[in-house]
Amino acid sequence: MDLSMLLTEILVASLGLIVLITGLVLPARNNYIASGIAFWGTLLILLYSIFSFSQQGAIFNGVYNVDLFGNFFKLLFLTAAVLVMLMSWKYSNRFHKKSEFYALIIFATLGMMLMSAAGELITLYVGLELMTISFYILVAYLLTDKLSGEAGLKYLILGSLSSAILLFGISFVYALSGTITFESLPASLTNQPALIAGLVLIIAGFAFKISVVPFHMWTPDIYQGAPTPITAYLSVASKAAGFAALARFFMTAVDPVDMVFDWTLLLAVLAAITILAGNLIALTQKDVKRLLAYSSIAQAGYILVGLVAANTYGLKGVLFYSMVYVFANVGAFAVAAAVENDTGKTGIEAFSGLSKRAPLLAAVMTICMLSLAGIPPMAGFAGKFYLFAGAIQSGYLWLAIIGLVMSMVSVYYYLGVAKAMYIGENETADGLSTGGALKVALWICVVLTIVMGVYPGPLSELAGFAIQAIM
Amino acid sequence: MNEFPVLLTTLLVPLLGAVIIMCLPADRHKPIKYIAAAATGISLLLSLLAALSYDKGLGGMQLVQTIPWIKDLGVNFALGIDGISIPMLLLTTLIGFSAVYASWNIADRVREFFVLLLILIAGVMGTFITTDLFIFLLFYEVVVIPIYLLVILFGSTKRVTKEYAGMKLTIYLLIGSAFLLAAVIALFIKAKAISGVASMDMAFLATLDYPVGFQILVFAFMAFGFGTLLSMFPFHSWSPDGYAGAPTAVSMIHAGVLKKIGGYGLIRIALTILPAGAQIIAPVIAVLAIGNIVYAAYICLSQKDLKYIVGYSSVSHMGYVLIGIAALNIISLNGAIIMMFAHGVMAALFFSMIGNLYEKSHTRNIDDFGGLAHQMPKLTAGFIIAGLASLGLPGMVNFIGEFTIFVGAFSSFKVITIIAITGIVFTALYILRALGTMLFGPRNEKWDHLQDLKGAEMVPLLVLGIAIFAGGFFPFTLMDFINNGVGDLAQQIGLLKMGGLL
Repeated sequence: MDLSMLLTEILVASLGLIVLITGLVLPARNNYIASGIAFWGTLLILLYSIFSFSQQGAIFNGVYNVDLFGNFFKLLFLTAAVLVMLMSWKYSNRFHKKSEFYALIIFATLGMMLMSAAGELITLYVGLELMTISFYILVAYLLTDKLSGEAGLKYLILGSLSSAILLFGISFVYALSGTITFESLPASLTNQPALIAGLVLIIAGFAFKISVVPFHMWTPDIYQGAPTPITAYLSVASKAAGFAALARFFMTAVDPVDMVFDWTLLLAVLAAITILAGNLIALTQKDVKRLLAYSSIAQAGYILVGLVAANTYGLKGVLFYSMVYVFANVGAFAVAAAVENDTGKTGIEAFSGLSKRAPLLAAVMTICMLSLAGIPPMAGFAGKFYLFAGAIQSGYLWLAIIGLVMSMVSVYYYLGVAKAMYIGENETADGLSTGGALKVALWICVVLTIVMGVYPGPLSELAGFAIQAIM
Repeated sequence: MNEFPVLLTTLLVPLLGAVIIMCLPADRHKPIKYIAAAATGISLLLSLLAALSYDKGLGGMQLVQTIPWIKDLGVNFALGIDGISIPMLLLTTLIGFSAVYASWNIADRVREFFVLLLILIAGVMGTFITTDLFIFLLFYEVVVIPIYLLVILFGSTKRVTKEYAGMKLTIYLLIGSAFLLAAVIALFIKAKAISGVASMDMAFLATLDYPVGFQILVFAFMAFGFGTLLSMFPFHSWSPDGYAGAPTAVSMIHAGVLKKIGGYGLIRIALTILPAGAQIIAPVIAVLAIGNIVYAAYICLSQKDLKYIVGYSSVSHMGYVLIGIAALNIISLNGAIIMMFAHGVMAALFFSMIGNLYEKSHTRNIDDFGGLAHQMPKLTAGFIIAGLASLGLPGMVNFIGEFTIFVGAFSSFKVITIIAITGIVFTALYILRALGTMLFGPRNEKWDHLQDLKGAEMVPLLVLGIAIFAGGFFPFTLMDFINNGVGDLAQQIGLLKMGGLL
């Protein structure tokens, strides 16, 4: 067994520990050192994971897979972590202890990596808990803020509940099939009602993590209450991790071709109501963070469409869209964080006249939101094209139409924010100080959103290689 | 052959202009305007060059340029023009160039205005010169957002607020495009299932045989998507409100060219690829077109706001285009295309005159005016040219379009064509009444301070006026191209018919 295959994970784990120790050893006024180590370390690991992208092989007898599918998602998580750290640079000044904040982000990233590469249900569960428990703390990290504390508690209670449901489902599957590795599951799956109930419970557990309606109730409150960079990270990376695990589990363990249980139909219905509910509720939101929360529920619905399709285009869409969603959503939340830093508010009125105060922020927000809505030349368009092409290929024309119409409806609330930024009036006309690190994050998000939209070829090829591992 | 990429340059020059303007400081109004004018001017010249270099004897797609774009979707960044796209390309560059001059007096947020305008012009142009369906959709949707921003930033609030107008326009067009997207994706998947090749090339997609039921469904979706853009009754209500709220240049481009993407798409994509579906759905379109022509013309009779009159009249005129398309024969299709060109230049001229008058008088209500010919003879001339073109006076290019459509459509739909012809009477009524009230009669002292067109303001009148008369007196200049293009198309559809579909 070649442990060097696990080097990325080992590096991430060590980095988290180093950051934690640095924070403990050094006096509090030097805590920028810990955040510096965290940021540059994550960046270096990201570069390493780009170089080792083609590495593949199963270790621990298929318990853990190192393959292109997992590598693609590792790249995604690390990229998101780097962007979130850039975004937190100034924001984290309000925290009492920076080092733990960064260390927890790194541990959450490690949990996501485990989830996307796990080859059996217990490893998957361990990864999921590592990620979720880190997030419980991160969500409540604004200690003096009541909303943040409330969000943390809600997340803890609901998150534990969903983990319990997931475990319950796993126990059903194990009891009836006698195995939990994805490889050996297809042979032992039967048509028993209890086994199907187990699979449904597993879906429910994941549906909570990716905030699919009707398991979405926690999303708006927690997204609104959590520190904005954490909201961004929660919305892009933890969701992508949920999708990665769900896709790997259902594509490899529960064969969609020789179906014991037609999970695609179940997911199709969930996707449809998620898209409808997320977009329709978002129409009435007055707080930008809540609006983005509902929009991210809708986005989960779109990505789920690709999984429903369960074919090359659909899965490629899942990967492609998850990646472009990182840049679009982090960009939007980064702007929200900058505005929150300046005004202390995230209501839509705080964004009024932003185009005069900070043209860059207004432009980035508009472009990122249009990418979320799937308007070309932004990257969201190509992503949605893949997702819905997959759905139509699998015969879900109705789902594609719901998705396409609702994504056009979503333009209404996205443009509502754009309208406030461009023609709204604001009593203060002073410029808005963003800080260099946040600006870097904004530029990365906006440039990649446009480049991947205008020329989606390379990312689409990468996603194409990655999904071969689970097809 | 390694020659100069004319089409690509035509497309990129406005975008390049937009980038240069973005880099200029915001308060340098003059250079910004000159760059915008230069960019659209170069585009206009290049498009004329492209049209002249088109070999009519050879026919088909020419000046083709293909760059591989997305492999697994079979998407190429492919450009090319044929007889159908040439008039549309010329229309875009003519109106784009005029629109820059019609906006010469903009004083607030000049940089943003011209950047968005140039992106808009490039986007519209892209739809007409690409031969790839994916790239077509890309350009098609790119234009929506600049329009929204232009309307809410620079529009005017009269009967409806500009925010309302902009949002209504945007949402209508996007919902239409959602169905269009679904149709295109379904088509792509079906074509891949039939041929085993993933391709978005329009010409390739047109060579395949699709089941008739599939064709009907997809054609219906496309007819809805393109129909909404073409303001087909009953999906037209965005159009008058939208034009009323929009700034002059956007009204010009929107009514002049953008709408025509709907008609162009129906012919180039829906009709060519799905001829059997077209046969079934065409009568429905023809009946809806009556709604356009008669209903919208009827509304026009009671309108007082100039922009609403031209807005509803453009809905009415699109009815002719729809009948021309629905009649499905060579003559009527020729007519539909030349009508699109004719209506484009006419509507753009109308809106530029209205915009100019509104800028100076701050009202668009026809009853507020009277005897404007005394103070503003040149503006009056512009209104008269546009108005007479609108009612299809011989000698103007619009006459050619309407006449050809009626001749062609009569062989397919007798009753519908006769009802449609009555629309001309209505048009004459509301146009002449509006112009008479506004322009003629005793001098109104109240408007003595208004200055007539001068300098840059003359450019739209000259450019578009020349286009209207040139097309009217020498219709063959355009007709040769169109006939050529429609001939190719008919051949394709004819071949498919022999393929045993109907």
